[in-house]
Amino acid sequence: MDYAALNFQPILLTLKLALTTVGVLLVVGIPIAWWLAHTGSRIRPIVEAVVALPLVLPPTVLGFYLLILLGPHGWLGQPFSALTGDPLSFSFAGLVIASTLYSLPFVVQPLHTTFEAIGKSPLEAAWTLGASKWDAFWTVATPLALRGYITAIVLGFAHTLGEFGVVLMVGGSIPGKTKVVSIEIYDHVETLEYTQAHILSGGLLIFSFLVLLTVYTLNRRLPVHVS
Amino acid sequence: MSRLIARFKLDFPNFQLDASLEVPVEGFTVLFGPSGCGKTTLLRCLSGLERCPDGFLQIGDTVWQDESRGIFLPVPKRPVGYVFQEARLFNHLSVDGNLNYALKRSSGKNASSRFDQVVNILDLGPLLKNRAHQLSGGEKQRVAVARALLTEPGLLLMDEPLAALDAKRKQEILPYFQRVQEELGIPVFYVTHSISEVLQLVDTLVLMEQGRVTQTGPLDEVFSHVESMPGSSALPIGGILETQVIRQDEDYHLTVLQFKEQTLYVPRQNVKQGSRLRVNIHAGDVALAVSPVQHQTSVLNVLPAVIKKVVQNEEDPYMAKVLLDVGAPLWATITRKSLANLKLKEGQKVFAHIKAIRMVHDLD
Repeated sequence: MDYAALNFQPILLTLKLALTTVGVLLVVGIPIAWWLAHTGSRIRPIVEAVVALPLVLPPTVLGFYLLILLGPHGWLGQPFSALTGDPLSFSFAGLVIASTLYSLPFVVQPLHTTFEAIGKSPLEAAWTLGASKWDAFWTVATPLALRGYITAIVLGFAHTLGEFGVVLMVGGSIPGKTKVVSIEIYDHVETLEYTQAHILSGGLLIFSFLVLLTVYTLNRRLPVHVS
Repeated sequence: MSRLIARFKLDFPNFQLDASLEVPVEGFTVLFGPSGCGKTTLLRCLSGLERCPDGFLQIGDTVWQDESRGIFLPVPKRPVGYVFQEARLFNHLSVDGNLNYALKRSSGKNASSRFDQVVNILDLGPLLKNRAHQLSGGEKQRVAVARALLTEPGLLLMDEPLAALDAKRKQEILPYFQRVQEELGIPVFYVTHSISEVLQLVDTLVLMEQGRVTQTGPLDEVFSHVESMPGSSALPIGGILETQVIRQDEDYHLTVLQFKEQTLYVPRQNVKQGSRLRVNIHAGDVALAVSPVQHQTSVLNVLPAVIKKVVQNEEDPYMAKVLLDVGAPLWATITRKSLANLKLKEGQKVFAHIKAIRMVHDLD
């Protein structure tokens, strides 16, 4: 096999995208999940439905709207290019935004479930012991929700690795900028380069399997703290 | 001595709290009433965990909540310790970790000596390294009390801390409550639907019914002011007698108590001669006789009494409630037929035959 022909750029780009996306997802997803678990608001089901949309929509639909939103005349694209001089669509930043939306339910849902299972009781106890809400979140809710966090991080990461449709619509396949592994595989197959397609596909398969295996093993070993 | 003044109104779908309370913040105050009367909600209002839209709370000269002036002291800022019914220990921490969580957030000095003192009072030394979720129910509550004490509270709120425990465990924990009272002197507000468990500790009693505070005051004062024996459920007690231990009767395995000039016998108690003991008599355990037929009955305890009041209501068409003065107020429930047969009326002298005296170990 001609290993030299194997291009590592898409692999590195994919990892970079997945890690960045997970970071953004945590910053965005934790407050949403926390709010969903503790609010009594009537708009809660609406927010839940919106967060879950990427689970059921064809990636092309999501990608299509994102393309419009991120495009040079879109709500997000226009201010972005006015500020930076670069377009948001067909850029790495655009890919991160798209991946974040696409993988949002995979992060929000496990966190939401865990926060709900923990409930308000231990938080109330922490408040009466002099902890502020912020303090209680980090010192009580977070350690109790450890399993939920790990599940969320891994699912968010793995799901971003595997995305294809949204990335193709929003990012195109610009080498080094937006060409991730899944698209590289598609290109190889199109040009009948089955060897390269095999190596990348097999690599992604094994990697994803190992990641999930690690989570489920960890989940069994981590004690469930919620009583 | 500071006083607590509180007014809280809260509407829930099937329950309404409308309580005003004024009590000294001192000693052991018991909020007592049937399940669902709002005592836990009132306690949560005092702690700030529940916020009433137009609530008011003042302790001493400090206003903690006055919604009309936009004042609300947030929970973590209140110098209050809270012990929940289910202990609510942090299961991701050890006992030591749980205690230090409170200690680290308290403002007081001498943290380490205070830690040692509290651990000592509640006998937690051997448990410090255990994980919180490995403890028994009774141990959990002891840790919860210690944790609340380490915040150096000016007031300790306890919400039915014994409710989840069986009678034997209750027995094990009660002495610790007494020690906390004696050694730290922190005022306690204690919520319960079973007054016998804290009978020996009560200084002030707050009676609650259907979201309202109906009576407040020292134990005996509350009993003599109660207009009628409030709902069969709120006060399943006929009266509480303050007695003194005279001696132990080893032959019959009894403890002999003195109440006013009278002698009472109870099953042998593990108490010291000369010590004070409160006993609890259920209204249904009191029978009335017009003559002292002591030598003709198996009932040991007979007290001369004067009938103060007779109450009959439609809820129990065959029963009458009789308020007696035996040196302390005591309610008796008898049938209306007996009332008629004996021609009982207010002011009459009778004899109260007490069939059973409830002791602390008869926790209900």
